[in-house]
Amino acid sequence: MLSPRTPPGVTTELELPPLAVPMATLGDNEAELVAALKRRDEMAFVTLLQRYQGQLLRLALVYCRTTELAEEVVQDTWLGVIQGIDRFEGRSSFKTWLFQILVNRARTRAVREGRMLSFSSLAEEAETQSEPAVPADRFRALDDLWPNNWAVPPHSWGESPEALLLGAETMELVQRAIAQLPPAQVQVITLRDVEGWSSEEVCNVLEISETNQRVLLHRARSRVRAALEAHFEERNR
Amino acid sequence: MTTPDLGGLTCKEVVELVTDYLEGVLPVDMHRRFDQHLSVCDPCVIYLDQMRQTIATIGKLPEESISQPVMDTLLQHFRGWPRERT
Repeated sequence: MLSPRTPPGVTTELELPPLAVPMATLGDNEAELVAALKRRDEMAFVTLLQRYQGQLLRLALVYCRTTELAEEVVQDTWLGVIQGIDRFEGRSSFKTWLFQILVNRARTRAVREGRMLSFSSLAEEAETQSEPAVPADRFRALDDLWPNNWAVPPHSWGESPEALLLGAETMELVQRAIAQLPPAQVQVITLRDVEGWSSEEVCNVLEISETNQRVLLHRARSRVRAALEAHFEERNR
Repeated sequence: MTTPDLGGLTCKEVVELVTDYLEGVLPVDMHRRFDQHLSVCDPCVIYLDQMRQTIATIGKLPEESISQPVMDTLLQHFRGWPRERT
């Protein structure tokens, strides 16, 4: 990390003009940011806003049906941070704490607005019988020479499908496929694969077991893969 | 014709183990059997590839960003935030 400050006792040989430090880069160190926030350092607040606002909004949208409501929940969350930071002792990471505030506020709010999507229990959703990752009819019958092996195998999406996968059309398709998943799956796949969280972080914030988290992730990824496959097969027909 | 060693796993089982495999949580023996299956089953290799490509694609979804009005409102709250240092 580059610091614009010169450590005491170090003299610079040349008087260089001050480094142009972008408005909100206070460094990556979370503890440092939290300490700065407790000192009411506005730059720390802006840094955190820029870092987490998008992620907060995305998770809020999972709970709230409208963008407007989601934005309010996110704003509530930041107010919660302002009110609570002096009592934050760093027992969990700041990120976990922040997202727990969001999840709590989003649930409360959604209930009050009568727009609670069914979040009664993520674990419950993980435990319900699910459809298989791939429909059973794509595998050979039990009386076949190779029972339960591919009957209708997947076809390669090509050697370098990046252009295809990253096209606007595909992105929209992926977004739609995720939006159509059951709520618990949306939360898990959003945090894991869209935001790149670790499974531990997801379990902490959503308060589910590693196993449940993995089950939900598996179902969600399998469905998105299936949507992409259907899309590419359609194209190649 | 000799029978290929599919690691004692059917393809139907493999597609349900893919996430555990990618998460690195399969028990050692099961992980070995999974690899063995892949070494002789091209469709399952393709399937695993598609899962990886799916995950990579999801990771490229555009970010939501903070709007200026929201930022302004929050900064106003921040500036009006009383100090309660102990």
